[in-house]
Amino acid sequence: MAIEILMPALSPTMEEGVLSKWLVDEGDAIVSGDILAEIETDKATMEIESVDEGVIGKILVPAGSQNVKVNQVIAILLEDGETMDDVDEASIGKANPDKVEVKPVTDPVADTQIADSTSVPESNPALTDTIAVELAADTKMTPTTVRDALRDAMAEEMRSDDDVFLMGEEVAEYQGAYKVSREMLDEFGARRVVDTPITEHGFAGLAVGAAFAGLKPIVEFMTFNFAMQAMDHIINSAAKTRYMSGGQMSCPIVFRGPNGAASRVGAQHSQDYAPWYGHVPGLIVIAPYDAADAKGLLKAAIRNPNPVVFLEHELMYGEVFDVPDVDDWVVPIGKALVRREGVDATITAHSRMVGFSLQAAEILAAEGISVEVIDLRTIRPLDEETILSSVRKTNRLVTVEESWGRMGIGAEIAALVTAGAFDYLDAPPKRVHQVEAPLAYAANLEALAMPSPERIAEAVRGACYV
Amino acid sequence: MTQQKNGNKTGFFVPEPPARPGERPDFSNIDCSAPGAVPMPAIDCAAQKTHEFAGGLIRVLDDKGHADGPWDPALNMDELVEMLRLMGLTRAYDERMFKLQRQGKMSFYMKSLGEEAVAVAAAKALDDEDMVFPSYRQQGILFARGRDMVDMMCHCISNSRDNLKGRQLPVHYTWKEGSFFSISGNLCTQFPQAVGWAMASAAKGESAIAASWIGDGTTAEGDFHSALTLASVYKAPVILNVVNNQWAISSFAGIAGGDQASFAARGIGYGLPTLRVDGNDALAVYAATKWAAKRARSGHGATLIETVTYRGESHSTSDDPGKYRPMDEWKSWPLGDPLERLKAHLIGLGAWDKKRHEKMLSEQAETVRLAYKEAESFGTLREGPLSPTASIFDDVYVEQPWHIRRQRQDLGV
Repeated sequence: MAIEILMPALSPTMEEGVLSKWLVDEGDAIVSGDILAEIETDKATMEIESVDEGVIGKILVPAGSQNVKVNQVIAILLEDGETMDDVDEASIGKANPDKVEVKPVTDPVADTQIADSTSVPESNPALTDTIAVELAADTKMTPTTVRDALRDAMAEEMRSDDDVFLMGEEVAEYQGAYKVSREMLDEFGARRVVDTPITEHGFAGLAVGAAFAGLKPIVEFMTFNFAMQAMDHIINSAAKTRYMSGGQMSCPIVFRGPNGAASRVGAQHSQDYAPWYGHVPGLIVIAPYDAADAKGLLKAAIRNPNPVVFLEHELMYGEVFDVPDVDDWVVPIGKALVRREGVDATITAHSRMVGFSLQAAEILAAEGISVEVIDLRTIRPLDEETILSSVRKTNRLVTVEESWGRMGIGAEIAALVTAGAFDYLDAPPKRVHQVEAPLAYAANLEALAMPSPERIAEAVRGACYV
Repeated sequence: MTQQKNGNKTGFFVPEPPARPGERPDFSNIDCSAPGAVPMPAIDCAAQKTHEFAGGLIRVLDDKGHADGPWDPALNMDELVEMLRLMGLTRAYDERMFKLQRQGKMSFYMKSLGEEAVAVAAAKALDDEDMVFPSYRQQGILFARGRDMVDMMCHCISNSRDNLKGRQLPVHYTWKEGSFFSISGNLCTQFPQAVGWAMASAAKGESAIAASWIGDGTTAEGDFHSALTLASVYKAPVILNVVNNQWAISSFAGIAGGDQASFAARGIGYGLPTLRVDGNDALAVYAATKWAAKRARSGHGATLIETVTYRGESHSTSDDPGKYRPMDEWKSWPLGDPLERLKAHLIGLGAWDKKRHEKMLSEQAETVRLAYKEAESFGTLREGPLSPTASIFDDVYVEQPWHIRRQRQDLGV
């Protein structure tokens, strides 16, 4: 049966492209791995490799065609013994059970259309319409540290877009305080991997100015604790200038670095700033847990035209997770992930606390309590629908975060759930968070102050009245 | 506070200006070099070679309007008359807008009286593609770059034609087509941002440079110091201007340390060449800016320029200078009035006369009057129409995300 060759997507956000050149002619016999054609977008070019073997029966989209839609049939590959007479040309491009749908990933922040204000949506359309990255069952996975996943994300984006560059303290020669920019100076040179003087406020301002000039800076803070000094540029300039300038000025920038507590580094190096940045309109705030999300979300952040605060975790850098070995792994911003399904209670968490929550779920499973664990992934915009639909199912909520509780992420989610799923709640929401003191240095005090799997499990037991 | 014990010489000290209300103005602390006395350094000179410029004052025009010395930019008559016209227009605009604020036509205004040369002459010395990051007292740049006056007024009264859609207080202009960055209400943020913009331009291989302006008081901000470090370290093609107009509302330049060392002198410590310029001498401002622009464009990096001037009016419409400085202090200002000095220069050249000057001023006053009338045809602050309410959530993000759209729907706009 003839095989339809489809216009591939170079990236999850690509909708159409140019078919610049055919490297095969009608009648050519090809085998898997042969290069069929070249396609391009304004950002990159790519060769299309054949995944099947056969004879090119017909080229449907000539070389040089502009605006070729992703998934449009561009050629027919005939199998052994077939001719074009065997192909019903009227059915080309129609439903075909053999055709593999590769749906483009849409970024809910970037791609949302403005709806008619008279049609108030029942649920969140941007999120429910989002098509998660669907991986083929045989997708190869590569065990990768979070550190390298972040590096790979930056390197891939810098290869495909010359406007992207990295700057920060010790990012070049020293390859980053946590080696996240390993080998990047070698590959990209000093123009695109830039060491800065020790002035978070100064180099954040410099980067914001470069973004206003049309570049796409990635600013590494050695830790987000030091970014306190840069708050004015992040909030008063990066987040607000588009609005204040009537939309004239644009600030495409990513501020990234470790956030939250490490091991015994004291109060000034241990704070989780998710609620601080999550408070600010104009910013996008991301806090990934595993390596696949670290890579896919950082790539999405770099491509996003808005200022993004990307909160990493020092204690996760060395953790190894599977990362899909695909050409362009991008995870949509604004979509939470149900890491574990359950029916008795919902836990929400971000960053390292996702791992603690999954451990707590294991403890509770042994006790017969089935917990659903939601990895928030994006703090702003928060995926409200995933949280609400989970609580409507489990009827109980426990929020987990590293930061202090008052005015925190958990407070926000508890308010969201009481407003949006009040009638479904069987118990008051519970919050797990750091105790309200600056984090102490000594290991015993630090452990006492921070959430732990057991403390999370205890909160779930409380919410379940057991 | 406890009394200091005998012999304690630690000397708690807060500086005071030479004169407060009721006292005689005293500008003996202003170090004025004679016009033509300060040489012009080599375009690639090291910062350390500019010590004499940190203390001296680059001047071209003497008190009678005669031009002299190595800094005379030798502009032609048309260029000189154009600068005069732009300075006059800026003053006429400020004058009327200030009065209109007093009549409740807008909430707030800030004049640049006495500082017109700082903005107009610098703008004329730059290319129109050069990105400017001004403070709130360089509206002269807008006129020099040909911004429509009606548009400026529509912004100040937040009407339906305000290009900032009702989101910024008056005077805080943004004009992207004119390469004029958004005025920041947080002082000095524009300094490191200008450095970053300039570096980005260089990284892209473009020839445009950046220029930024702050006031004397703002040099105390951390941003000033980081910007100078960054501009020096990366040899950024940027011009960093400190407009020393003697006053930051009621605190004088000495509160920012200006009476201990000149603001220009700060550049040398960071490795930036520095120029100190008579800010009321349009030709000197033009020449110094041209020098710094040439230096930046030829790859020698940034320059710090202190323009010495005097704030002729209140800080803004919200303060009364009669409460904190001698009422007639501006009349004693040793560097005079920039408009009068350029006028005298043109008259001396035989290119201008008092009659033509009077005619120009009255025509400009009429231009401004008619422009405001036209601006009000697009709405007034009190009666509207104002910026459309439906746009309140526009431009928070590039595209309106679902959670913002939902808030707009909840708000019913």
